[in-house]
Amino acid sequence: MPRTTTRIPAAPPAGRPAAARSPMAPPRSFVWSRRIFLTLLTGFVLLPVYVMLSSSLKPLQDVSGEFRWLPSGLTVRPYIDIWSTVPLARYFVNSLIVAGAATVLSVVIAIFAAYGVSRYRFRGKRLFTVTVLSTQMFPGILFLLPLFLIYVNIGNATGIALFGSRAGLILTYLTFSLPFSIWMLIGYFESVPRDLDEAATVDGCGPLGALFRVVVPAAVPGIVAVAVYAFMTAWGEVLFASVMTNDTTRTLAVGLKGYATQNDVYWNQVMAASLVVSVPVVAGFLLLQRYLVAGLTAGAVK
Amino acid sequence: MTVTAQPAVGGEAPPGAPGSVPRRRTGRVRRNVLPYLLLLPALLLELLVHLVPMVIGIVMSFKELTQFYIRDWGAAPWAAFDNYSLSVDLDAPVGEALLHSFFVTCAFTVLSVGLCWLIGTTAAVYMQENFRGRGFLRAVFLVPYALPVYAAVITWAFMFQRDNGLVNHVLHDQLGLTDGPSFWLIGDNSFVALLVVSVWKGWPFAFLIVMAGLQNIPRELYEAASIDGAGLFQQLRRITLPSLRPVNQVLVLVLFLWTFNDFNTPYVLFGQAAPEAADLISIHIYQSSFVTWNFGTGSAMSVLLLLFLLVVTGVYLVLTSRGRRTADA
Repeated sequence: MPRTTTRIPAAPPAGRPAAARSPMAPPRSFVWSRRIFLTLLTGFVLLPVYVMLSSSLKPLQDVSGEFRWLPSGLTVRPYIDIWSTVPLARYFVNSLIVAGAATVLSVVIAIFAAYGVSRYRFRGKRLFTVTVLSTQMFPGILFLLPLFLIYVNIGNATGIALFGSRAGLILTYLTFSLPFSIWMLIGYFESVPRDLDEAATVDGCGPLGALFRVVVPAAVPGIVAVAVYAFMTAWGEVLFASVMTNDTTRTLAVGLKGYATQNDVYWNQVMAASLVVSVPVVAGFLLLQRYLVAGLTAGAVK
Repeated sequence: MTVTAQPAVGGEAPPGAPGSVPRRRTGRVRRNVLPYLLLLPALLLELLVHLVPMVIGIVMSFKELTQFYIRDWGAAPWAAFDNYSLSVDLDAPVGEALLHSFFVTCAFTVLSVGLCWLIGTTAAVYMQENFRGRGFLRAVFLVPYALPVYAAVITWAFMFQRDNGLVNHVLHDQLGLTDGPSFWLIGDNSFVALLVVSVWKGWPFAFLIVMAGLQNIPRELYEAASIDGAGLFQQLRRITLPSLRPVNQVLVLVLFLWTFNDFNTPYVLFGQAAPEAADLISIHIYQSSFVTWNFGTGSAMSVLLLLFLLVVTGVYLVLTSRGRRTADA
């Protein structure tokens, strides 16, 4: 975390002489209101996290009866039972494959598209960006059923199984993150000076050589940010996962309901499973969040 | 400007080389084709997953598409505008329910977007200056954004349980604010529950974007203002908020579209059938199509929803962009 703290102060250190600092030192009332606000907000944010963590270590009677702030006894049983109550490991692998593949493909495709838009002038450029961005506003429910029919028909016509398969889900999810990724990378690529790739082209690189040797390395924070976004989108999606998967391809988004829809809800197991499926994304996100902020600052928020 | 400034693509045709006329032509052709090639994968996928299905969805909305025709939907009889008139007929139960769901969604969206923006902006402004523990707090605040929707919402569903949830335990057992344990996930309270979860989940995104936007405000503005004797509130009103305008324009729109179309939160919180008080439009349409197996009507409702969002987005962009131009002038 120290890296983030040093990175974020937007002030160029030199442009802030000590003399100018003191009149800007915030008054006490400001410091106190900030303390109160941020404390309350932290409580609100962390409350569910605490419930998730503490309940996942409670014996079943603690989560079936009246809520207790502190467990009557600590147990790791829920963490052992979650794997046998539902086939959680299989869901986990499915989610990893689907989200991982969707992320890689989405990032690569977005890099090409953003490079095309930011470096070339061509007919239909504006139409392309507007169309791609406007797909963001489509209600998922509008194209859920048609997409399902298309996948089934492609399957019948060509034998490529898209419906119920991981491939179909990968294809769907990668287009979900694509518009935002392209938009953010366009902004990011624009901030990489053109002289750099022109110099590379003079040195004998083709346009793709310039892209991969000059532009992409200069835009790593933006690309990492886009990858984090794409992974989270695919890892968390519920609607399409619930319609487009079957028993073998089910992802965590749907699989987690396995604990909750039975007559007797094992809340301690639900919480343990929620925690287990959250750890990879939350840890990854927190590690990479400074890229996301840097990427947003340089790219999207201009 | 880009095209003229680019040297010969590929660099394999040095200017003035023998036979440069035809080679330059191929260079130009490649140069013109290359951007399209770069965009092709993105375009094809968007066509496959978004645009073509949308067109099919529009066609379906004019058909009488019930479960009998699902295998061969092309054979379903044409229904002209029947699905639409059914959806907007306010005297019939279907239209009435849709209108109710629409109003619920509007109220929910306005409250949720407003609160998300307010909390996110306040937190970002408070955290603009460095202080001890700021980096840690920022990481904590981003946790709700990073958590997968279903994991976070299931936890909230547990907290809102009537008999073994935290919310009733605090409100009833510990503070004695309610006469008895209340139901949160059915009945009128469900609207509040949904709103709380939605704000908890949504505000960090506003925080993230505003925080990024704040970093593009030149430091010197604040220094000049404080030398001129402007207080913190003045600085907020005269510098911070105006500088955030372009960021806010996009942020509010994105929050609006996400919240209005939100399916995941109510679906995980309530299961397939949302209580009437929290019957968001996406859930409502999902139920109208998949639970009652009437896909034609469901599609018509989706098209109406899309039209509404298009109009709102268009009007919003025209209004906010005009305001921006006047402000700049």
